[in-house]
Order: sequence, then structure tokens, then C-alpha cells
Amino acid sequence: MDKTPQTEPRQSWTFSNSINSEIRRAADTGIYDIRGGGAKRRVPHFDDLLFLGASMSRYPLEGYREKCETAVTLGTRFAKKPIELKIPITIAGMSFGSLSANAKEALGRGATMAGTSTTTGDGGMTEEERGHSEKLVYQYLPSRYGMNPDDLRRADAIEIVVGQGAKPGGGGMLLGQKITERVAGMRDLPVGIDQRSACRHPDWTGPDDLEIKILELREITNWEKPIYIKVGGARPYYDTALAVKAGADVVVLDGMQGGTAATQDVFIEHVGQPTLACIRPAVLALQDLGMHREVQLVVSGGIRSGADVAKALALGADAVSIGSAALIAIGDNDPKWEAEYQALGSTAGAYDDWHEGRDPAGITTQDPELMKRLDPMAAGRKLRNYLNVMTLECQTIARACGHNHVHNLEPEDLCALTLEAAAMAQVPLSGTNWYPGKPGF
Amino acid sequence: MTTTLDLTATDLRAVNTTLQAAARAQANEDYEIINPRGAHAMACGLDGPLAVTIKGSTGYYCAGMNKEATVTVEGSAGPGVAENMMSGTVTIEGDASQYAGATGHGGLLNIKGNASSRCGISMKGIDIVVHGNIGHMSAFMAQKGNLVVLGDAGDALGDSLYEARLFVRGSVKSLGADCIEKEMRPEHLKILAKLLDEAGADAKPEEFKRYGSARKLYNFNIDHADEY
Repeated sequence: MDKTPQTEPRQSWTFSNSINSEIRRAADTGIYDIRGGGAKRRVPHFDDLLFLGASMSRYPLEGYREKCETAVTLGTRFAKKPIELKIPITIAGMSFGSLSANAKEALGRGATMAGTSTTTGDGGMTEEERGHSEKLVYQYLPSRYGMNPDDLRRADAIEIVVGQGAKPGGGGMLLGQKITERVAGMRDLPVGIDQRSACRHPDWTGPDDLEIKILELREITNWEKPIYIKVGGARPYYDTALAVKAGADVVVLDGMQGGTAATQDVFIEHVGQPTLACIRPAVLALQDLGMHREVQLVVSGGIRSGADVAKALALGADAVSIGSAALIAIGDNDPKWEAEYQALGSTAGAYDDWHEGRDPAGITTQDPELMKRLDPMAAGRKLRNYLNVMTLECQTIARACGHNHVHNLEPEDLCALTLEAAAMAQVPLSGTNWYPGKPGF
Repeated sequence: MTTTLDLTATDLRAVNTTLQAAARAQANEDYEIINPRGAHAMACGLDGPLAVTIKGSTGYYCAGMNKEATVTVEGSAGPGVAENMMSGTVTIEGDASQYAGATGHGGLLNIKGNASSRCGISMKGIDIVVHGNIGHMSAFMAQKGNLVVLGDAGDALGDSLYEARLFVRGSVKSLGADCIEKEMRPEHLKILAKLLDEAGADAKPEEFKRYGSARKLYNFNIDHADEY
């Protein structure tokens, strides 16, 4: 018997299966989704830019033969002891507690071998981290967990965290599963309870106060350490300008693809601006104040390759910082643990329930048995290799554009593949000499 | 013998350098600072036994991150006095502005006058005695230590409190989320008596009420979402 013709079932774009699944999950559990990592949605990114390379109008350097320098000095404005790095790639702040001690050690080992710095995180400084990081930046966070003057003086630089790309304006809540005895002891908390972190610093309330706070930190550390101020990518022009006004030696600008240990998915995906959109306004603020290159700009949030590094530098950054990519380099989401990821309801490449402390890779956990899976020496070598590869890639591109230092990369070396990227990065749309908003058009 | 440092003749960096070096030398010396004129970051980062008397009022962050030293302000103190203090004693003869003793890990902060808002915010083990009143949001997210108030407390006392103990003799305008009045047991009277004695406070432990965490926010529970 012939069937009556019917309209084919059609999924709603607005109410897709994944959206519906999240609605059902919220209805069942009564709690928003908490996860780690950065934004997973596609936003305009460095992939939407291309380098032009040299032909007639520019003269390239000989690949791998003619020198292309990569060294960068951070903190030249006020500090007696600026940070000298061999490469313009640093390791972003990630806490002990969120990460295992072995993971922190691996980051220290790898960064030191590559000639760059690592950064502490919420929860203070561990001996493993200080001992294996030749250059260590001490984060000064709203929670002040583990903050003490001894570690402040043992650090090579101080990073005042005002905002984070994954959650500008947001505090934190690390669920109790990872608050082990050691983590709790460092943070002055009872074992196993949720660690709540305030969204703003407890003892200052704006850039005028921050200026005085910085004076105190400098007085305590004999004006030796560079003071970084980290802001989330939200209002980069004004935040950068106010950070400079407050006395920053270095501004760290973290775009929305930047990661976090654990926060609400709705925050990660819906608050902040893409990294690509944040760099030029921040550089413009520095230029307007006559401080570009005097106050260094470190950009983070979704940096993955030497091309990303080169593009960030070309847009005006002095260095970049990597977090998620460094974790992947040392073994995060490695397919060799696929069966275990699936047992946790996830898959390699998508595992983000870091707050649960059951990371099969032994990185985002405090479980002693899981931690053993990460060999800090082998993982450190992987990070060293990855950092070296990124640096070589960045140098290769810089040479192709005719530059003998990666800092000589400039916006004129770039074009954009999309109108959005052209507007955000303020570089011409490919095949034109125009970008949206360009004066004179 | 007391060494005098005059802030009209010596700049802040030189004053702090002198004090910090003396503290590190473990020399147990006495210093006085005259003409402080509300300067910020005075006598901060002291890391050893040393007695410093400041003859007047101070600006922000006086005695910040103090360790072992005894600092006395013969006047009032600006915001953030004794912030993140680790040990030692800081005494304010007058009033203290907001966030006094913020994030302090240890030692005694003794405020003879009143303290403003956010007194003891995020305290992590410090003992704070305020002879007068304290302002709103005091002991917000306080983790460890004791806050003793001989006068009254403002709004939202102890909001989102962890394990710090709050003792108030006067009235409390309102309690913050998850903060409740708790039974005053003998061990609390003992702690309080010791602190009152150390601070030279004219009060009896029995006159105080104790406040602490209801511990409902310790692990996320959707039934308490309106408390967040």
C-alpha cells in the first residue's frame, strides 16, 4: 500500500539535539554545566589571517641560514630585574590543585629547557614548580590562596590577575573532589569542600587602588620584579590603558579561547571577545599612551602553532602565552586513553571535566595513581620539543617576510580571509587594500 | 635605643629598605617613623623581629605582609592595613579603613578604634581584635582565624564564611549568606579570653556571641542556590 507523502522530520537549528540534551541535563540535575578548557564554539581566529611573504617588494631572508632572533625582554619599564626569555612564548598560569604536581613539574622542565618562563596559579607556589622553573611568574589572584611574602620574593615576576579570558568578571568554584589534603593545606581550606574564589580582589577596588597596591608589592620585593597585569579580553583598549596607568610593566591579555580549570560552560562560551579581536585595540591603547614596546604586551587564548605566534606578534604583541596547548603537548586528551575517556562519557579530544579529578592522562587530577601516569621528565621533553617547533615555525615565517627578528613582524605582513577577521585585526581583506572601518574609505 | 626615620627627610623606599634590612638581621631593634603624612605601603614586607612605631596616620597597606615584626600606628590607618599578614603584631591606636587584615594568615591585628567595611575579608588564620565597630561585608569568605569585635557589626557579617570564628559583643546589623550564630562553648571562651588579654581589651568573653559557618555552601547543592 502506498504511504501518504509526509514532510521529512527536520531538526530545529535553534533546538538542536545538543541543545535539547543540555536542557534535559539541566532539568535533571538542577545545576549548570561546569567544565574546564576554553571556548569550543568557532570564533574568528588567527586561521583567518594569512602572511603575504616576500617576493619583489620585500626581500626574504634565507631560511634556516640567515639569523632571525627570537629573544624577548619583559618588564623593562620599572623593574630592576626584567625577565629575559630566549623565545617569545611563555607558559600561562595554571594552578597546582587544578593540575597535578607532576604536570606542574613537566611544565617547569619543558619551559626551562626551551628558555622561557612558567606561571603559578590559584593555590600558590609548589617546590616542584619553583625547583624546575628557571623563570617563574607568581600569580597574585583575588583568592590569594597560598599567597605569602616568601614566595613573592622567590618569584621572578608577579602577575596580578584581574581577569581571565575564559571568564572575564567571573570568580571560580573548584568542586571539592580535587581539594585533597595537600591542596587544602596550601589554600587554608577544609579537605573536600568546594573552593570558591571571589571575582575581584579583596583589598582594592579599581585602578587607582591598584596603583597603590603595586607600590606595596614593589616595596616588598625591592622594586626588582616586573609586575604583570592580566586582563580578560573584554574591553581591551580601556583595560590596557588603565593597566598602564596603574603601573604595569607588562600587560597580559587573555582572549575568550583562553582556558580555565573549571567554570560554567555558559560563561566560557558567552562572555568575552575572541583573542583576534582584542590585540589591535590593546596595541592602540599602548600606542596612544606612547607605551608600545615600553610596556610589553603578552597575548594568550587559543595559541597553537608558530603561525599563531607570528600573527600575534605581527599584530603588535611582544610575546604570547600558552596554556591549553601546553597541556596537550604533555599528554592531555591523548587518544591512547580513549577507552578510559569513553568510560567517563567523553572522548579523546573532548574531555573537559577537569574538576572531577579523574583525568586519565594524570594531568588535571590529584589522584596519586592517575598522577603516576605522567612522567614529568618525558612530558617536559615533549613540551620543550613543542616550544622549539613553534619557535622554528615563527622564525620561518618571519624570515619569509624579510625580518631578522620575530618582533619586526608587522600588520603589513598580513591579509585577512574574511571580512570579520579584516575588521577585527585591522588588516586588509585578501586581494584588497581595505578593511572595514579603515579611515579614508 | 630607638632610631628615628623622618619621612620629610627620607623617602619611602629608603625607610622601607632600612626597616626591611633591620628585620632580616633579626636584631630586634626599635624604630620610629615621624611625619608619616599618610604615606602608603609604610613598613610593609618586614620579615623578622623588629619594633616600629609610626607617629601619625598612614595611607594604604601599612605593615602589609608583616612577619614577626611589631608595628604600632599612633594614629589611624588607611585601607588594607596588615593585608596578608603572616605573623607578628600590628596595632592601630585610631581607626582603620576598609579591608583591614585582608587575607591575613597569622599574627594579631589590634585595632583600638573602629574598622570600616570588609574587615578581615578572606582572612586565612589571622586574629583581628577591633575595640570599636566594624563595617559591612566584614569577614566575607573568611577561611581561618578569629575576628573579635567589641562594638557592633554592619551588614552581611561573615558572608560565605568558611571556618573563621567571629565574636561580636554588640549588635549585628545582618548576617551574610551561610553565617549563623553558634553556641559559645568553653573552648571558645578560652580562645576569646586569650585574645582579649593580648589586645588589652576591656571586655569579658561571656559578653560576646559567636558566629560561624552553617556549612551549607561547602559543597554545591542546588537547593541552596539562592544563597550564592
